[in-house]
Order: sequence, then C-alpha cells, then structure tokens
Amino acid sequence: MEESDGEAPIVIQGIHKSFGSQKVLTGINLTVDRGETLAVLGRSGSGKSVLLKVIIGLQKPDSGSIRIHDQEVSSLNLDQMNEIRKKIGFLFQHAALYDSLTVEQNVAFPLKRHTEKSESEQSERAKQLLAGVGMERDIEKMPSEISGGMQKRVGLARALALDPDILLLDEPTAGLDPITAGEIEELILKLQKERNMASIIVTHDLHGARTLADRLALLHEGNVMIEGSFDDLEKSDDEFVSGFLRKSS
Amino acid sequence: MLGPTAASYIETVVIAPLAVLGWNALLGRGGDDEVSSASGLIERFLDWFGKLGLFFWQVMRAAATPPYEGRELVRQLDEIGSKSLPLVAIAGAATGVVLSLETRDSLVRFGAKSMLPAVIVMSIIRETGPIITALVVSGRIGAGIGAELGAMKVTDQIDAMEASAVNPFKLLAATRILACILMLPLLTLAADFFGILMGWVTETTIAPISLQKFINKGFHNVGFNDFLPSTFKTAMFGLIIGLIACFQGMRVRGGTQGVGRAATSSVVLASLFVILADVVLVKLILVFFP
Repeated sequence: MEESDGEAPIVIQGIHKSFGSQKVLTGINLTVDRGETLAVLGRSGSGKSVLLKVIIGLQKPDSGSIRIHDQEVSSLNLDQMNEIRKKIGFLFQHAALYDSLTVEQNVAFPLKRHTEKSESEQSERAKQLLAGVGMERDIEKMPSEISGGMQKRVGLARALALDPDILLLDEPTAGLDPITAGEIEELILKLQKERNMASIIVTHDLHGARTLADRLALLHEGNVMIEGSFDDLEKSDDEFVSGFLRKSS
Repeated sequence: MLGPTAASYIETVVIAPLAVLGWNALLGRGGDDEVSSASGLIERFLDWFGKLGLFFWQVMRAAATPPYEGRELVRQLDEIGSKSLPLVAIAGAATGVVLSLETRDSLVRFGAKSMLPAVIVMSIIRETGPIITALVVSGRIGAGIGAELGAMKVTDQIDAMEASAVNPFKLLAATRILACILMLPLLTLAADFFGILMGWVTETTIAPISLQKFINKGFHNVGFNDFLPSTFKTAMFGLIIGLIACFQGMRVRGGTQGVGRAATSSVVLASLFVILADVVLVKLILVFFP
C-alpha cells in the first residue's frame, strides 16, 4: 500500500450518514494533518462517535469520501481495510476492553494477531506500553477489577500497540473525575509529543479539547458548524456556538 | 421403528409452546418494537431469515480464509464439548431410566416384555439420544453464546475487535459454530451410552438381566443405518444451535435488556429450529437409509 507524503493522513469530504429517517451526518468535511490534533465537539447525539466509526470503517457512510493515507476507504475490501486499520489506534468511549482477557492480554491482543513477535516479546512490549500509561502494576488484573480511568489507560495502551500513525479517541475523559481526566489528558499530550500522530478527539469536554487539540470543530445538526482555534470559536457571533461555549465552560 | 418414542412425545409437547415463543422471539415481541399488522410480521420474519442467511455466508467466507483460528477452536471445543458432557450424560441417563420404566409397562401389557432392551436401544440411538442432546446443548450453549456475544456487542468489544483489524465472524462466530458441529455427534454418543446403561440398570433392578444379555438383545437388530445417520444428523443440530446463538448475540441492541433477550431468543429459536430440522431429517433418513 503506497503512502503519499503530499496528502494529509485523514481527509473527509461530504460524508452523509443516516439511520433510517434520522440524518446523523450531513456532508461533513474535515482534514487532519500529521502531528495535528483535531477536537470534534458537539452535543450528545450530534454524530461525533458515528463520525469516528465511519472513519475506521465500522459503519459505512451513505455517501462522501474518506481518504486515509491517500486510500479511498469506501473502495477497499475487508483485507485492505484491515491493513489501514492496523495503522489506526482507536480508544472507545468505555474503553471496550475484552473482559475475558487480563490487562496485559488486552494490550498484547493486536500484537498477537498482527505481528511475528514471540509470546515473550509480545508480553515485553505490552508491559512497556502499560508502563507508558502508568498501569505496569496491574497487568494481571481483569478489566472488571480496575476503575474506569484505569480502563481508559489500558484502552489507550492497546490503541498504541501497533504504533499507529492515526489516533482516534472517543470521549477519552468522559465519566472520569477531574483528577483522573487531567491525568489522561497529560498522558495523551505526552503521547502526541512522542509520536507525531494525526489525532481526532471526540469530546464534549471543552476544557479537555482546548488542552489537547490544535484545532476544534463544532458539530451541529450533522455538519461542522465552525472549525478553527479556540479563539476563532470564541469570536463567533453565532448563537449556537456562543451558547455551546458558555454552557460548556 | 417400534411405535412412538419418548422423543416424539417430547416433540409434540415441546414444539407447540416453542413455536409460539420462537415466533415472538423472531419478531422481537416483548421488546420495544411491537409489530402488529400481518404484512409487518411477515416482513420481519423474512428480514430475520435474510439476515441469518447473510450472516451464515459471512461466517462461511471468514472461516474458509486463512489463517485459521485453531487455538480458539480448541478452546471452544472444550467449552462446548467437555463442559457440556456432565449435563448431557445426566440427561441421557435420566432418559434411559424413564424410557425403561414407561416402555416396560406398555410392553408387559402387550406381552412383548422380551423386546424391552431392543426398544430402549433403538429409541435412544435413533431419536431420543440425538434430540435430548441437542435440546440440552441448545439450552446450555445457546444461552451462553447468545449472552456472551451479546454482552460483547453492547460493550463495543466486537467493534474494538474489528477496529483492531480482527474479523469477529472468524474469531467469535466461526469457531463457536464449528465447535458445535463437531461436538454434537460426540455428545450424542455420550447421551446414548448413559441412556442405554441406565436403561439396563433400571431394568435389572426390576427383573435382573445381565448387561451382556441386555446388550445382545438390544443391539440384535441394530445396524449402521440405525446408528450413523441419526448420530451424524446432530452435526446439523450443532450448526443450527451455533449459528442462531451467534447471530442473535452479534445483533443485540439495547444494553443489558438486549443481552437478556438475545440469550432467551437464542435458546428458544435454536430449540425450535432443531425440532423442525429433526422432522425433516428423520424423513430424509427414512428415505435414504430405510
């Protein structure tokens, strides 16, 4: 699979997605460059999580184009899509750890499936990744034995297992106390500095978005209402944008 | 056959309520989305079948594509086979006892008591063993798979697997379905064994008879045509149980309530379709293995 240096790793053009009569995405356009973090904001049910699932191919868009590393996702077969997916790390809203596997096995899962590493090498790498998110002491625990914040950390370690160059984070701090949320944000910032990934963070936490992202995009009624820096959003005269910022802060 | 078997009574008693429950499970009744018109019901019924067919095709295609999931298959063989063995053995043994007691009374009335071993053996290996095994496994495994995959679905674990470039049809569904297909005939042999053994134990406590004599009389008229088709038809039951349970589990919607519904509908639909398939398979076996 050839990779072009010219085009941004994620280019989304005119994406539409409906569930029955409910239109969720209505012509979204977004681009994320290498090393850049885009925060997608919006009210609950505005289609933020659907956007991430469409990008990684878990849901098919009704129309529009998604280009990942210069590859048109909608024209790929499952094997080709899986090759793309190996380059994308995805943190689910509730971490989605495999509950029959230990913390270490969860992180080693992608390594086991997609690398030629021996079991000891997989284990070593999993421990390394878990140490990177401060979970090295809980490797033998089951997901049900650790807190929500810890599960997010493990989910993050799993998302990074295959050294992705794109990171998709769905509500990384939702449901966490402010201290744990702050720790997760610091962790994501640290990883962004270390790895130069193109990231999309879906959130309705304005503070977190401001801390983590280079750019923000506010979704409303299935489309990007405004896109730019936090200052750009603050300067907006639009009633919805100013209302969203006021109620979020 | 030597008259109606216990299994045929079971089928008559079980099939009617199962059909009602199965129809409701199929159409999602009792859930949020009530359908009332006849055309709506038929549409839902056809929609379910169409999606089941598509699911089966996706699983087949995934299963046929290397690399194969050998380790997970072995784990599922243990989960579905070894761990179902005690339950199947007890169900088989209980059936043997009941068959022996019930049939003895009837045969004594008609002066055919000497045929008791043959009746027990023939009933168990031709019908009772296979159907009892399938229903027991459908209860234990159908509910287990439906609930497990349903829980994985509602907690995004299946999506996480797909996002990790792993095909859940191959890793989760194909291995479970194949394990059901492979283990059902073996579990049936176990049910047959314990059924015949306990049939003898029951008989010998009433009218002492040696095991060797019981076996000799029981298997005197039994040929491969009695034994093989009825045992291997359970592979089809395994396919039905595994396929329906995986399908119901992987299409769950609606949180924990949905998981509960998936577990229930897996058992009800798998049991119903096993019995319906049995009707067809018995007829085919009678035609091709007279």
